Amino acid sequence: MRKGERRLETLIHGLFLAAGLVTVGCVLLITVYLIISGIPAIREIGLWEFLLGDTWASTSAEPRFGILPFLLTSVSGMAGAMVIGVPVGFFSAVYLAKAAPQRVRVVSEHIVSLLAGIPSVVYGLVAMMVLVPWVRSTFHVPDGAGLLVAILVLAVMILPSIIKVSVTALEAVPKEYEDASLALGATAAETWFRVSVPAAKSGIAAAVVLGVGRAIGEATAVMMVAGNAPNMPGLFQSVRFLTTAIVSEMAYSGGLQRQALFSIALVLYLFILLINAALNFFLKRDRGT
Amino acid sequence: MRKIKDILRMGLMELSAALTCALSMCIVGYVLLKGLPHLSWQLLTTAPSYLEDTVGILPDILNTLYIIVTAIALVLPLGVGAAVYLNEYAQNKRLVEVIEYAAETLSGIPSIIYGLVGMLVFSNLLGSCLLAGALTLVVMNLPTVMRTTQESLKTVPQSYREGAFGLGAGKWRVIRTVVLPGCVDGVITGCILSVGRMVGESAALLYTAGFAHTLNGFFSGLGSSGATLSVALYVYAKEPGPGRQEAAFAIAAILMLLTLAIDLLAALVKRRFQRRLL
Repeated sequence: MRKGERRLETLIHGLFLAAGLVTVGCVLLITVYLIISGIPAIREIGLWEFLLGDTWASTSAEPRFGILPFLLTSVSGMAGAMVIGVPVGFFSAVYLAKAAPQRVRVVSEHIVSLLAGIPSVVYGLVAMMVLVPWVRSTFHVPDGAGLLVAILVLAVMILPSIIKVSVTALEAVPKEYEDASLALGATAAETWFRVSVPAAKSGIAAAVVLGVGRAIGEATAVMMVAGNAPNMPGLFQSVRFLTTAIVSEMAYSGGLQRQALFSIALVLYLFILLINAALNFFLKRDRGT
Repeated sequence: MRKIKDILRMGLMELSAALTCALSMCIVGYVLLKGLPHLSWQLLTTAPSYLEDTVGILPDILNTLYIIVTAIALVLPLGVGAAVYLNEYAQNKRLVEVIEYAAETLSGIPSIIYGLVGMLVFSNLLGSCLLAGALTLVVMNLPTVMRTTQESLKTVPQSYREGAFGLGAGKWRVIRTVVLPGCVDGVITGCILSVGRMVGESAALLYTAGFAHTLNGFFSGLGSSGATLSVALYVYAKEPGPGRQEAAFAIAAILMLLTLAIDLLAALVKRRFQRRLL
């Protein structure tokens, strides 16, 4: 190989390596920036006062920065969405992966990926126009916007992730397992639920964790329907999530208030890192067996 | 007893699947029914005017185009480059793991965090402008392009590479002439998916690209604040005033049509891809 050519090869190798390292750089950048901008407010407010304080009054004369209402709202909103979304997603996934006729399956998978593609603002708009008035008139509350509507929206939004990942996991179950079960006299449905589902449990767990991540991280759709007052969670309360707490005050905040918003982002980021680690754990375990 | 359980299971499964499908059809139908009637020529071709109190979304359409073109132009080389590195160059297993873990982490980060960090990094450097928004979107979509390219690189048969090496080609030549043409499908799929995400993105753009609705050319647009369609929808949905709600629904209908188109396009590419493999 000529010298110039070798130099070119090294250069190009370097360029590709640089492109590969960009992702790592981005993750580091995000982490470092969030820590640097999130720590000062926590220091000033005090970690426990910040995490466990039950009042958020960032603009009052004596500002209070307790994010417990946001934390509890995010967790209960996520939990509510899971309670509704996981069973529906799970049964749909088993149906699509195992029971559905080919035709139905192709069409439904298109529909599910369409559901995944709908922008969150559109979910927010539809919920704002349909669900909020519905909740108001059905439950006779002064304002329909609140935790209940947010839960319903999130439940729909996590469906596609849960279904897609579960279907993939269920499809990867070796056919021999199912054949053996059928040969032993189990019915088709028994085989799916007693053999296929346990065999795919890591993948299904990953699907659920993915749903948790989406539900915790969603901002705009929730912002449009949750009412957005910093109350403790209650089904018909107007509430703020961790995400919407950041969105709602970012535009006009300054000083300690702004720094406190960055601290909320840091808390949210830690949540997401935890969820990612769990996701990775389940996916790795699946690959291992 | 077994029979009852079986029927119950089948019933639950069919009910859930039917519910999922019915829900999405209802959402699509509702948005199109409410939105399409408001799509007027005037709405599509003018900027909003506070003097005449009319709403127009032409600036938002252009902003969306500008931001997507810029972000795709930047994310393609980075994402494809990273994938090629992982698949063709990398020897160090540890490094591959680190890069892949970083990509997985990136794809799990919610868009509001991207928006916040984008604001701290890019908007501090450039001001609140479309370019800052586009850069934020680049980081967000990097993992998508990387993953689809990687998957398609894996389907390029090893024998092609060996054949080219055997003929005396250098590494770069093999990548340029054999490997990259073989993974075009993955790159296109990655682009389509990214465009879909960029069109629908709002939280990451609110505080990086801003909310302005002024008509701009491409280069002056990149340097000034501007709302994309999704951001405009978010703003109009909460803003009282004549024509705002209608505009929000019209934008929702446009976004829905785009989503449908993108879905169809992705399916078409996938089908072509599979046919080639057989």
